[in-house]
Amino acid sequence: MIDVIVDLVAATLRIGTPLLLAALGEIITERSGVLNLGIEGIMYSSAFSGIAAASYTGSLWVGLFVAVGTGLVAGLILAFLTVTLGVNQHVAGLGLTLFLISVSNTVNRILFTSDGGQVRVDPWKSIGFGGPIFDQYLFTYGALFVGAPLVWWIVWRSGFGLRVRAVGENPEAADVAGIPVARTRYQAILLGSAFMSLAGAFITLAYVGQFTINIINGRGWVALALVIFGRWNVGRCMLGAAIFSLVNAGQLQLRLVPAFADVPFELLLALPFLAVIVGLAVSGRNVPYPGSYLKPYRRL
Amino acid sequence: MSSPTPSVLLKDIRKAYGATVALDGVTLELKPGEVHALLGENGAGKTTLMKTLFGLTQPDTGHIEIGGVTTTIASPRDARSAGIGMVTQHFSLVKTMTVGENLALAEAGLIRVDLAKARRIAQEAADRYGLEVPADAVVAGLPVALQQRVEILKALAAGCRYLILDEPTAVLGPKDVDSLLAVVERLRDQESMSVVLISHKMKEIERVADRVSVLRRGAVVASTTAKGMTTRELVSLMVGSDAAESVERIAQATRGDAAVALALRDVSVKRQLGGLDDVTLEVREGEILGVAGVSGNGQSELVDVLSGTLRPDYGQLEVAGKVVVDPSPFALLAAGVGILGEDRHASAVHHLPVVENLVLDQLRSVTRLGHLDRAAMAERCETAIKEFEIKATPSQHLGTLSGGNMQKVLLARLFGRSPNAAIVSQPTRGLDIASTRYVRSLIAGARDKGTAVVLVSEDLDEVLELADRVAVMYRGRVAGILHANEVTRERLGELMAGVSA
Amino acid sequence: MKPRFVLRAENPWWRGPLLVVMAAIVTFVITAALIRWSGGNPVAAFRYMFVNPLQSKFGFTESILSATPLVFTGAAVAIAFRAGYWNIGAEGQLLAGTIGATWFGLHAESFPAVVAVPGILLAGALCGAAWSLAPALLRARLGIDEVVTTLLLNPVALLVITGLLNGPWRNSETGFPDSDVIAESAMMPVVWPGTRVHLGLVFGIVVTLGCWWFVGRMTGGLRLRAVGLAPGAARIAGLPVERTMLTTALVSGGIAGMGGASEIAGVAHQLTIGISSGFGYTGVIVATLAALSFIGSLVVALILGIINVGSFSASRALSIPTTMGEVVQSVLLITVVAALVIQKYRIVWKSSDS
Repeated sequence: MIDVIVDLVAATLRIGTPLLLAALGEIITERSGVLNLGIEGIMYSSAFSGIAAASYTGSLWVGLFVAVGTGLVAGLILAFLTVTLGVNQHVAGLGLTLFLISVSNTVNRILFTSDGGQVRVDPWKSIGFGGPIFDQYLFTYGALFVGAPLVWWIVWRSGFGLRVRAVGENPEAADVAGIPVARTRYQAILLGSAFMSLAGAFITLAYVGQFTINIINGRGWVALALVIFGRWNVGRCMLGAAIFSLVNAGQLQLRLVPAFADVPFELLLALPFLAVIVGLAVSGRNVPYPGSYLKPYRRL
Repeated sequence: MSSPTPSVLLKDIRKAYGATVALDGVTLELKPGEVHALLGENGAGKTTLMKTLFGLTQPDTGHIEIGGVTTTIASPRDARSAGIGMVTQHFSLVKTMTVGENLALAEAGLIRVDLAKARRIAQEAADRYGLEVPADAVVAGLPVALQQRVEILKALAAGCRYLILDEPTAVLGPKDVDSLLAVVERLRDQESMSVVLISHKMKEIERVADRVSVLRRGAVVASTTAKGMTTRELVSLMVGSDAAESVERIAQATRGDAAVALALRDVSVKRQLGGLDDVTLEVREGEILGVAGVSGNGQSELVDVLSGTLRPDYGQLEVAGKVVVDPSPFALLAAGVGILGEDRHASAVHHLPVVENLVLDQLRSVTRLGHLDRAAMAERCETAIKEFEIKATPSQHLGTLSGGNMQKVLLARLFGRSPNAAIVSQPTRGLDIASTRYVRSLIAGARDKGTAVVLVSEDLDEVLELADRVAVMYRGRVAGILHANEVTRERLGELMAGVSA
Repeated sequence: MKPRFVLRAENPWWRGPLLVVMAAIVTFVITAALIRWSGGNPVAAFRYMFVNPLQSKFGFTESILSATPLVFTGAAVAIAFRAGYWNIGAEGQLLAGTIGATWFGLHAESFPAVVAVPGILLAGALCGAAWSLAPALLRARLGIDEVVTTLLLNPVALLVITGLLNGPWRNSETGFPDSDVIAESAMMPVVWPGTRVHLGLVFGIVVTLGCWWFVGRMTGGLRLRAVGLAPGAARIAGLPVERTMLTTALVSGGIAGMGGASEIAGVAHQLTIGISSGFGYTGVIVATLAALSFIGSLVVALILGIINVGSFSASRALSIPTTMGEVVQSVLLITVVAALVIQKYRIVWKSSDS
């Protein structure tokens, strides 16, 4: 029994890592009043570009660097569309996701799979401190002990975070106070995209060690839901990510239970998604969206 | 305190929005160490004038001199560095942040947020002026009076010497008004600051103002020492006198035998501020009931009750003698009541063409077998455009029309239903002279056809011109009802000022 | 330098087409780089993608076939967006439709075609609508963002299909994760002899024209547009905002579901895991490129169908990846939405901060 629980906790931490990283990025972005529906595509393209660069250079660190660069470029496109041009954020974000996924698949075909191969690297190993629970990837430790506190500090304590929250809540007031609204939103989108690309890079460079089609598989959308569930707070988002990952880890364990052998495992795989929707239904009512959410700011 | 040089001079400021002249060559002087009250109905140009001083709008012509030197104020940042601060009616606060964060916002660096300095400023202001605020509380959770103090603190923290307060007391209870005025007095007396106070409340002006200027239709009509003026004198300054301005009345004597189309019986709305207190009103067919009053004495709430968006705590609403059991916009529309709200943009679908906006609340009448009867709609639209002199084509999107034409479309929609009763609120606010005249004649025309009209307006000329009877609101109550033949500006002014006869 | 946006007072007739051409040029430049990288000649690739399918009857009819599901999803997305309901779950709703259609098709042996063909469409529509019920109710009753909930249900629909195909619906003959072939009576007849173009296309066009008719000509359509453009003003005018949104969401899901049924009954004749190659997401591209016009979305669906078929022939001829078609489509989406902004606003670059 203890073994089962230990495995469950260890798996929860692993599954939750990319979700937490992506959600942290989305928190920063949405706090500035911009929805980044490109999240799924940014994770996807970073997962690909990271492993591609790592396989060519032989260095995981270069891969990580390239992955983050990919995220920044993608963020810049989104920022130009939504902040500078004021394009509808749903369409711009979804368009970006479709673009990034199709480009990644195309480049993947060009570089790796045209001759039937698949890109693989020797991924980062987990770092153990004794016991399965404390045998985790650097990303996991980083997300938990650096990423989350850092984002919390940025949003709630730093001057930059103060400006981000101000432009997200009341851009008119921020403008009157002399804060450059557009520049601040660009910065928030770029920083957020960097976190999303870390989430993507984790999956290929540490978790799996290879790139396959559809590798992100809706994790970006889940992160998006977690941000609403978590009401744009780091702590609540961590709780949401933990619940989702626990359900996910739980269904993985359930498959090993003989009584569930006849249940198609795909239905169990769907459980975590449904759990998120139920979570939103229960707690997503009257959530305090940032005041200027989805609204482009134009001083006329 | 009595410096001979004017510290701030707004000179010949003119500002027009399309055909509407908001400010027509206004000159105003602010001396150091004085409280300068600005009086006038809403739409007279007070706020626009002050936004010009604070850099929120740019004048078409005219300029601003500070200490005799012409100064360009292109943004609030410029204004702040010139020592000008403003507390607008809609606070520029980030409500989800704490008081300290709001104070520190303008000076926040990449990393550092100087909350300690913010707390120090707050403490200092509390000690010196009695301006106490909880520095670590989230703004959204604070009562309005405290939020307002934060706005004042922000201005003070930026080192302002001229403070503009735009209707600061409209949102305050009596006790908070007292402490705000005390703060204003201390800023003037201790710091020799100059404070502009826009207000509709004569008692406050009587108490703190050194000078008072009155704006009407974009021009200063009076500017005088306020010391020693009584409420009654202030009101007559604001409303003008019958001798000075003649209004062509198109009011008619009410026929006492006409049926009551719409009635409020003992209606009360309990609110901390500006509710309704035991209001009973009747309006008969073929009559215009004007509702006058200084801004914020319950008129907006009255309109909300009549349009079904605000449910009274006590009392009831009757349409054609029948009680409306469950008032909602839909129920009142169905009962034959038409509304023209205060904010025309809230009822306009900007990206739909005129022809479709015209029938939006009366779709059943243009539906045949589930389909829109385009021919009938086009005909109705042509008629409306001709009859209401709307300068637009049927296919033009409503949002591209000028304010006056948009208002005419909404009026055409309202009267197109042939309502038994019509409630029109501030129908000519922001319109140019030609449109204003036309809209007024429309309202009178509807009355002549037998519609019962409730006309809520802060424009006394409008009420005097149109109303057959005038109900004056004061502090949520009906202070008095006058018949057209007994209405004078003086009498109205007294009722509006709460002076009982 | 900071941009200022000034609403254009008038739009000459040539600006729209000009901007579309410019968007196409930008798209070409961006994708040309990728095509070069993959070793292809961009000009040749574009000729294969856009011109070749139009030069043979086979290419053209295959393009129509490829456009058929996009006709449905384009209409589904357009009608939802027109009502201000951001349904990004057409993918999931279409997949749900394929499940309903397959179930019906597997049990339709005894029905004649006149019953079975409408029946299979209805089954798809019902399942599609059911798939959009939860997000629609959550939005209309509790105000929960439909974007996230509709998105999340997309992978769930695919998982349900995978589950069915690995479990109860596994092919009884081959043992592969494909369903059995549906009853012949439920299959869509071919409407253009000698090609694969089937009755589903006719249904798709009829549904799209129906949407166009409803939204433009019927009272309910005006209600829908008013609610989508200005819910506050619609409420003041006494219109039922929540009910309109809920109904539209269900209709949107139903149309997407029909698209799924059309694929099952018209092309695949059995449920497979790859039954949809992102038709629902492409529906967003269709509706957006058509600026939410229904007639326009028919044209755009055909163009995207041509690109789909063309990218396959380009892939065969020049050995560039087939996914290049998707790249072209998504770049086109991004450049066109940017162009739409420029059509509406004049951008003035100012140097000062004031």
